[in-house]
Amino acid sequence: MTTAMILLPLGAALAIWLAPLDRLSVIGVALAAVVGEIALWIATMIRFDWNSNQIQFAEGVAWFEDLGAAFSIGLFQYSLWLIGMTVIVMGAAVAYAVWAGRERPRAYFGLMLFLMSATVAVFTAQDLLLFYVAWEAMLIPLYFLVGVWGGNDRAAATYKFVVYTIAGSLMMLAAIVVYGYQNETFSLNIGQTGTTSTWIFLGFAAAFAIKAPLFPFHGWLVQAYREAPPEVAAVLSGVISKTAVYGLLRIGLFNMTMPADELRTVLIAFGAAGLIYGSLMAFRQRDLRGIVAYSSLAQMGLITMGIFALDIAGIHGAVLQMVNHGLISGVLFLLAGIVERRTGSGDIAVLGGMARGRPILATVVILTGMIALAVPGSTTFAGELLILVGVFSSGWGWTVAGAIAIVLAAMYALRLISVVLHERKGAAVSDSVRDLRLPELAFIAPLVACLIALSVWPAAVASNPVFPKGADACKPMADVLRIQETDCPGEPGEAP
Amino acid sequence: VNAITTPHVDWFAMAPALALLGVAGITLLTSVLVPERLRKPVGATVVFGGFIGSFVAAALLYAYSEEATSLISGSMSRDRWGALAQLIIAGAGALALLTSYGERQREHAGEYYALMAAAAAGMLFLAQATNLMTIFLALEWFSISLYILCAIDIDRNSRLEAGMKYLIAGSFGSAFLLFGSALVYGATGTIRLDEIGAAIAERGLAGDPLIVTGLAMILVGLAFKASLAPFHQWTPDVYQGSPTPVSGFMGAATKAVAFVLMIRVLQTAFQETAHLWTVLLGVLAVASLVIGNLAALVQKDVKRILAYSSVSHAGFMLMAVAANNALGGRAVLYYLIPYAAMSIGAFAVVAARERELGRDVTVDDFAGWGWERPILGVGMWLFMLGFAGFPLTGGFIGKFYAFSAAYEAGWIWIVIVGAVATTVSLWYYLGIVRQLFLRAPSGAGRTAVAGGSPPRDGLLQVAVLACIAVTVGSFFAVQPLIDLARDAAGALPF
Repeated sequence: MTTAMILLPLGAALAIWLAPLDRLSVIGVALAAVVGEIALWIATMIRFDWNSNQIQFAEGVAWFEDLGAAFSIGLFQYSLWLIGMTVIVMGAAVAYAVWAGRERPRAYFGLMLFLMSATVAVFTAQDLLLFYVAWEAMLIPLYFLVGVWGGNDRAAATYKFVVYTIAGSLMMLAAIVVYGYQNETFSLNIGQTGTTSTWIFLGFAAAFAIKAPLFPFHGWLVQAYREAPPEVAAVLSGVISKTAVYGLLRIGLFNMTMPADELRTVLIAFGAAGLIYGSLMAFRQRDLRGIVAYSSLAQMGLITMGIFALDIAGIHGAVLQMVNHGLISGVLFLLAGIVERRTGSGDIAVLGGMARGRPILATVVILTGMIALAVPGSTTFAGELLILVGVFSSGWGWTVAGAIAIVLAAMYALRLISVVLHERKGAAVSDSVRDLRLPELAFIAPLVACLIALSVWPAAVASNPVFPKGADACKPMADVLRIQETDCPGEPGEAP
Repeated sequence: VNAITTPHVDWFAMAPALALLGVAGITLLTSVLVPERLRKPVGATVVFGGFIGSFVAAALLYAYSEEATSLISGSMSRDRWGALAQLIIAGAGALALLTSYGERQREHAGEYYALMAAAAAGMLFLAQATNLMTIFLALEWFSISLYILCAIDIDRNSRLEAGMKYLIAGSFGSAFLLFGSALVYGATGTIRLDEIGAAIAERGLAGDPLIVTGLAMILVGLAFKASLAPFHQWTPDVYQGSPTPVSGFMGAATKAVAFVLMIRVLQTAFQETAHLWTVLLGVLAVASLVIGNLAALVQKDVKRILAYSSVSHAGFMLMAVAANNALGGRAVLYYLIPYAAMSIGAFAVVAARERELGRDVTVDDFAGWGWERPILGVGMWLFMLGFAGFPLTGGFIGKFYAFSAAYEAGWIWIVIVGAVATTVSLWYYLGIVRQLFLRAPSGAGRTAVAGGSPPRDGLLQVAVLACIAVTVGSFFAVQPLIDLARDAAGALPF
């Protein structure tokens, strides 16, 4: 199952690249692959044992014996949720691209599907070298997707993005090599609390902090999100940033518990700084994508706080918030793209008054905006509450910072809603600007529906056990995480 | 009456080299006997057959040479180390030949292919050579063939210049090697590598001035051939001036044989002086990494970029040699496989563009070209990623192994230099990719050519596809290749 989820989009990408298909067939193959991938995910969900916190659907073949590298993959409950978020958001992005009619369809959709495959591989990799390979493989399609199909200033945006990311990944590679030599394997399931070296942890943390990004490593963020095509920005901020916080959780916390514990205060401080800074900046931005971009920075900070609260509630909240933010960011960037296509501008000075006569657009924007600002009853409220509860145990000051940021979030989200929908009619908004139409709803509505479903039942994501490894690993970690040892799984996990 | 006892000759062990040597002779004959318009196809076909034949012979030799045996009074060795190197060289030669066929030329078509076969035969012979005499013989054999190959279009000044430069620089290198060999012979009284090793160990010659000087001079001679900084000055000029497929062949095969020989000499004869040469090679590796990468940053001509990149890759491989361990041995052999494919493939793509434009190719000439020629464009993109050591190409695993070997030997500072060099190299490798796909073609650099649209070059595309297959395939099939390399390295006394 896991292998199939990686190979299906990859195979479709290769088919699109190699077979001389016309535009329509390419779109057909791409959409079929997306639907197939979602179906695979649902099938995996059904067959998944939700009461177990062991690795499941683990598969693997040897790669090379020196240092025991293997193509080893498997699923935990939280990785399955993140994969679901990935395939749904990327599916919507592919549909958006079909609707927007991207040039050079064979190259474009092939790259999108390749990116999907690489992202799923990141979420499932159980071997550090494979993780690195998938991590770098994500960069290749992103480089082209932003650099070829992006806006006017795409060259500079791509360059910044690539330089930042590669600088981070080389530090991670150095850390991986040292990890491999110290443990004589690259496997992530080594049945202990993993490495105790702070330097190795920092190598990984640097790569993740840049990719997420966390304050102050966000230099590439706004330009890349502005210049990328809107659906690629949706993927970047919704999905790709989650691979980084996933890495912080899966590798940073679960495989390097000791250094993570030592550096927790620093990391929470980085998270809190990013949260406040991002929220303030989002409030000050003068264009739609800028607002969403900085709100994304803020959310990454919040999720990082949840992870390094080293408290079970915080981790649950962080996982839930990863899924939430992926969906919200996806919807908002796609909506920004739709508005930009209609009005020719994302500048809030020329927007406004779009609610009148456009009820569906207004409904979607308000609904997503409300969920984004964590109105009580929404799934983001559940996520943020859990994170704040988790981080409270590290010091009430952090919770205060988080709460202030949530007020700021309400400010920028309400500002976003009001400048687009209400106020005076903007210069770019003529009467011929249409409401959302059926094809657009076809990819926006499922994302919103997922958000509403999660609002009804956030516990589906937030109450799953999140321990990746066997009892051996869990018991020492139980100390750090202040959980009951009885919560640990009974038998050690079967690592491939 | 048999006055002279002739030594037993193991013809099978020499089959790979002999096959190509024979083919070279046949091609020279056909280029006289066959009508003029058939010379090129006949010569190319015969030589291609020769490369395939020697590839097969080398494969058989590898399969049937589990134990290393010394042949003809220790002048050459039948072992897997040499056989694997021969596989790489013969494969590289076959691919380079496919890329040559579309080259618009050439008065001397028959000679061109004959010389290619002769050069490769010399390299195959060198891969097995185990005494100072045969080493020098084989080295000159392939070098002289290459000097002529570089200058084969004698009506073009750039070719002549390249051939001349290579001749002079190469002769310097050979002279150093010969002088060093003489000093080593003077100190030990033998030219056999294994006996030199034994003599140094038994008589405690490790600190002997003759040995030290001789070793240094031999290494300088080999450094010329492997284009290691600071003995690389000829490389960019020669690579730029030579026919492009020849540059690709030199980049892949000469480098391969130089490193294979270097490891054989150092491990067999000079193990006792390892404390000296590991340091020297470490310094050379760092110099090559620094100079190669920095110089490549400012180049405009694609062949010069590739030339400097080959200097930096020599540095990466030398890291593994300097590590002086078995891991380093198999790292080099593994590294050479994707590297040879990427090198030949990259030069093939440049050759294709060159044939379209009818002049040397600068980076700007690639603007938007990847969209026009998707196979070549994607190929170039993969080769650049591979050179940069990006995952999904064998270049990643190669660098990973080279770094691991250096790390195991405790050379952490070299690993750091290598990592920084890799980062720097991304600039010019990605610069080419950026031109290929992210830039619009500019007015002057459009695809159209002076003499109408170029003929479709199917053979070149086949070669590029094969290079892509090796570049990507070696990333996934690491274990089989490493097993081959491990068995090969087992033939040497690491």
